[in-house]
Amino acid sequence: MSERTDYLDLDTKDETFLDATELVLNMGPQHPSTHGVLRVILKLDGEKVLGTECVIGYLHRGVEKIAENRTYAMFNPYVDRMDYVAAVSNGLGYCEAVEKLLNVEAPPRAQYIRVILTELCRIASHQVWLGTHALDIGAITPLFYCFRDREEVLKIFEKYCGARLTTHAFRIGGCIYEAYEGFEQDCKKFCDAFLPKLDEYEELLTTNRIWVERTKGVGILNPEDCIALGVTGPVLRASGVKWDLRKAQPYESYKDFDFEIPTGLNGDTYDRYLVRIEEMRQAVRIIRQAVDGLPQGPIMAKVPKVIKPPVGEVYHSIEAPKGELGYFIVSDASTQPYRIRVRPPSFVNLQALDKMVRGLLVADVVAVIGTLDIVLGEVDR
Amino acid sequence: MSLTPLLRKIFLVDLVKGLKVTFHYQPPSEAITEQYPLERPVIFERFRGQPRLNSNPDTGESLCIVCNLCALACPEQLIVVKGERNPATKRKEVVSWTYDLSRCMFCGLCEEACSTDALELTQDYEMALYSREGMVLDQAALERGPEPEKYAK
Ligand code: SF4
Ligand code: SF4
Repeated sequence: MSERTDYLDLDTKDETFLDATELVLNMGPQHPSTHGVLRVILKLDGEKVLGTECVIGYLHRGVEKIAENRTYAMFNPYVDRMDYVAAVSNGLGYCEAVEKLLNVEAPPRAQYIRVILTELCRIASHQVWLGTHALDIGAITPLFYCFRDREEVLKIFEKYCGARLTTHAFRIGGCIYEAYEGFEQDCKKFCDAFLPKLDEYEELLTTNRIWVERTKGVGILNPEDCIALGVTGPVLRASGVKWDLRKAQPYESYKDFDFEIPTGLNGDTYDRYLVRIEEMRQAVRIIRQAVDGLPQGPIMAKVPKVIKPPVGEVYHSIEAPKGELGYFIVSDASTQPYRIRVRPPSFVNLQALDKMVRGLLVADVVAVIGTLDIVLGEVDR
Repeated sequence: MSLTPLLRKIFLVDLVKGLKVTFHYQPPSEAITEQYPLERPVIFERFRGQPRLNSNPDTGESLCIVCNLCALACPEQLIVVKGERNPATKRKEVVSWTYDLSRCMFCGLCEEACSTDALELTQDYEMALYSREGMVLDQAALERGPEPEKYAK
């Protein structure tokens, strides 16, 4: 980003205030459209955005540092609190990373259960995104419908593992909870009921003139920029790059399932909307296949009671609803990790904000923050 | 798609389409809001809520054997168990057992660690208090379980 000048330095020119055409505005940290506590410093010319700077850290809790003082099993519940709208995916990534370090694999039944729950979680996360994104742009109805339907997913989570949001659903080596009675039926019922609801969301938005005008051609990211910035997830795929870790580096049992990776053409906000809607359809497809093929057997691999991985380091990443979620763990053969570093998708995707909003209007900043689908708990950790 | 974009614009087709969906949800049978204190949510069996210390229903003795496993398993180290060996029965008995509810994140690790089913996270969820006092539960409070105030109109 070489063209970026030091735009926040207002004192360089010897002009009176009245001549100034540029205005510096703080958006946030207490702004409803920043989806948490994000502060964006905007440099404006009238309504036009000349540049932005993000100030983060308001939600920093030092999760990575906490890990150094907890055993491997004890740290597991903390990862749920990073991306709290997709807690199950966080847990999956962490458990798999430690399993890789220990060189164990979860049994097939556990893997299938994990896939079902993470795909349900993907749907729930996208529902929160769609509801809040539409609300930011001015359509309030989808918010109610999305949260109404998300409730069904949360009920399945509660029945399965006893919590709705910060689930702590998986353990290192597999799952601790056996699928409850009626788990398969519940998942199938949800899939059957959800597809018509998804069509309803589309009916409300896809052809709606206000929605199309507000999203088409807004916040365009071309594939080269995406790759240069390290953007992943639906934001990357909407720019036309077919990269999904579920296909590229299949983890768990994803290679057993048949599903498509939706991609967009233009890389604008509208395409990102279409990609995420299609991803929900594909998630339903995966859940159906996984429920039908759910194998019998144990759900926990042989893992010692006290987890003491050998000396070494490991990086493992999964496709979380928001993009590539990676865990880098260094072990010094003690019961506690020497260092854990998390590569959160939201934090990396947020870097694209400045590129996307330059030259747009203030109201579009809100749309672009919404379309990036960031969760500040994960950005700040 | 026989309508031209202009006609679609004039007849507000998009608007009508959206309104059709919203009006479909107008009948009261479609209302999903729970009127909370009057209407209670269904809590499922595995829910992790307020902790309870169980005692043997026949003898009334506490099931806790003071093994300290729950305190060791808790990531927040909020459980403190102190016990003493009773010379008469040769069993360890609880002297003090405290649980700091205000720091608990209901992860369930303590419940999993407990070797005797003494510690259980129950389906009770009404734990809100007006102050931090009373958040540290002792053995008696844990055995009693929560006593939420009944809501009356
Ligand atoms: S539920 Fe978790 S945080 Fe709470 S006491 Fe048990 S182990 Fe500790
Ligand atoms: S693990 Fe169970 S038996 Fe052991 S001290 Fe805790 S409550 Fe008592």
